[in-house]
Amino acid sequence: MSDRLARCFARLRADNRAAFVPFITGGDPDRATCATLLRGLPEAGADIIEVGMPFSDPMADGPAVQASSLRALRAGTKLADVLALVADHRQHDPETPIILMGYYNPIYSYGVDRFLSDADKAGVDGLIVVDLPAEHDDELCVPALSRGLSIIRLVSPTTDDERLPTVLTNTSGFVYYVSIAGITGTKSADSAEVASAVVRLRRHTALPIAVGFGIRNAAQAAEIARTADAAVVGSAIVTTIQESLDDDGRATAHTVERTLALVRDIARGVHGARDS
Amino acid sequence: MTTANSFRTGPDENGNYGIFGGRFVAETLMPLILSVEKAWNIARSDAAFRAELDEYLRDYVGRPSPLYFAKRLTEHLGGAKVYFKRDELNHTGSHKINNCMGQILLARRMGKTRIIAETGAGQHGVATATVAALFGMPCIVYMGETDIARQQPNVFRMKLLGAEVRPVTSGSRTLKDAMNEALRDWVANVHDTFYIIGTVAGPHPYPEMVREFQSVIGREAREQMTEREGRLPDTLVACVGGGSNAMGLFHPFLDDKDVAIVGVEAAGKGIDTDAHAASLTRGRPGVLHGNRTYLLQDDDGQITEAHSISAGLDYPGIGPEHSWLKDQGRVSYVSATDAEALEAFQLCCKLEGIIPALEPSHALAHVMRMAPSLPADHIILMNMCGRGDKDVFTVAAAIGVSLE
Repeated sequence: MSDRLARCFARLRADNRAAFVPFITGGDPDRATCATLLRGLPEAGADIIEVGMPFSDPMADGPAVQASSLRALRAGTKLADVLALVADHRQHDPETPIILMGYYNPIYSYGVDRFLSDADKAGVDGLIVVDLPAEHDDELCVPALSRGLSIIRLVSPTTDDERLPTVLTNTSGFVYYVSIAGITGTKSADSAEVASAVVRLRRHTALPIAVGFGIRNAAQAAEIARTADAAVVGSAIVTTIQESLDDDGRATAHTVERTLALVRDIARGVHGARDS
Repeated sequence: MTTANSFRTGPDENGNYGIFGGRFVAETLMPLILSVEKAWNIARSDAAFRAELDEYLRDYVGRPSPLYFAKRLTEHLGGAKVYFKRDELNHTGSHKINNCMGQILLARRMGKTRIIAETGAGQHGVATATVAALFGMPCIVYMGETDIARQQPNVFRMKLLGAEVRPVTSGSRTLKDAMNEALRDWVANVHDTFYIIGTVAGPHPYPEMVREFQSVIGREAREQMTEREGRLPDTLVACVGGGSNAMGLFHPFLDDKDVAIVGVEAAGKGIDTDAHAASLTRGRPGVLHGNRTYLLQDDDGQITEAHSISAGLDYPGIGPEHSWLKDQGRVSYVSATDAEALEAFQLCCKLEGIIPALEPSHALAHVMRMAPSLPADHIILMNMCGRGDKDVFTVAAAIGVSLE
């Protein structure tokens, strides 16, 4: 596991609170605004930051993240730009763990070795590559682990006890439980089901367990944070970005402020979840 | 690169054809994909499954499809003998139903109760809606808005057959986006839904399974040609979009080294323009829709939009086995433009009384290029994989005829 991730979860455990993991797409709505957002996230309560690598065909994502990906691409964002965003951010923030999330083809096109080397240099801590299941571990996962980058794997309600060991074998950093059978941002997670899933996962792994895909607001995030080690929110955040844009899809004076206000609100929910 | 002893043994147990193929899907789908593979492996060696499929293919689809000597076309071209494998005479008007019939029987064996599909030209959508109606199963067909506009007759056909056609408005609003949307539906409905993929692409076992269901074309053609001419053809020609009709014709002949095999991609406005669908000729290997294969993509690995006058060929990828056969050098892949396909379309109507679909019109365009310089005893077998009724509006618009 990356040192930053290990330190982050150790600190949270000591404080008996869950991590809040906001998601934004690298380069959405443009590189400068995205860089400002990134700068503001830790202060707004992000414990870990998940940054999307935009892709033309994001098959596991719902309309909000698809639109976010498309905005980033229209703004001319390349994979190298996302890595540069992270590298720039690291100048100001040496400690917040950063996870890159995306699909395999842009990485494959960039070159796996070159990508891993550049991601490592940029200060990336872990990778989520949605369309690389455990069956394709040799592609990226094994070389990433040997460089000390974490590979965070998605586990879904359809992943049964028999399959879990396969999925968890090369997982490191944390496990990402997909709380709904479906695409991002389309249904709400059922906190009772999530709680029992987290119990089931803990029988198979000692890694921290993050939950995402169906969390839209502070109250839902708080529910999840009572049982899980981290709550991930993506669609609600990129929707707030979208709603702040002008008619031509450009960032406005409200974009950063409103997005960070939402992040602050959800972070309060996550961080106060176990107080009472 | 080593040359394979046989070209017919792939894929390996993980669905790889050399570096191509595989199972690049989200974890939510993996357990389901594995269960489809398990069910498929049991069914394929089950005599009862094959008997049931054969019966439907014979009595409902109308197989075997005829092998037809295109005499007037042959005389017109003045060279090689041209035969058509008449898969456009199948029920629903194309080869697509061969595969749909196989997959829906598998879905029933798996206890699935809801069918989804993607479609480009609408031929696969119509074939899927047809088998869903036959077995009384609800059916949702995802279709890009662009394709809905240019394939109205097929959209109406699907609705008549009881299917719901869901317009896809993301991306280029064509086949690739319809496939994204179908995969999203499947992820959200894994418990009761079977996804009938229409071509030899997608995660393993789909490329192999669709090939096996379509190989009935090549198996019949081998037998029919042997009976008719006392030997195998010299050259096979078929159009390739995703590549299912071509794989169906080619696969039984892959180890017949004297049979030349040619796949014809859609060159759209020309392969040197940015408006074509020639993924093998102009693409490079990448990962999309569950498999590694040749893809049209930009320098950053973003998938680019394909173009073809034929909605069925308008896809930026290609089945992974075709990618492997290209790299092995076993099949040569060429291309034909929109204009060449339109010319072939019209010639076939006039000379043979057959209105071909725009997809096989691309194959015919290549036949027209190659046949004149070949000797009279050279036999070309072309897969006439679909009929063109669905395309008459597109053709009218392209040649400047108003049907209003």
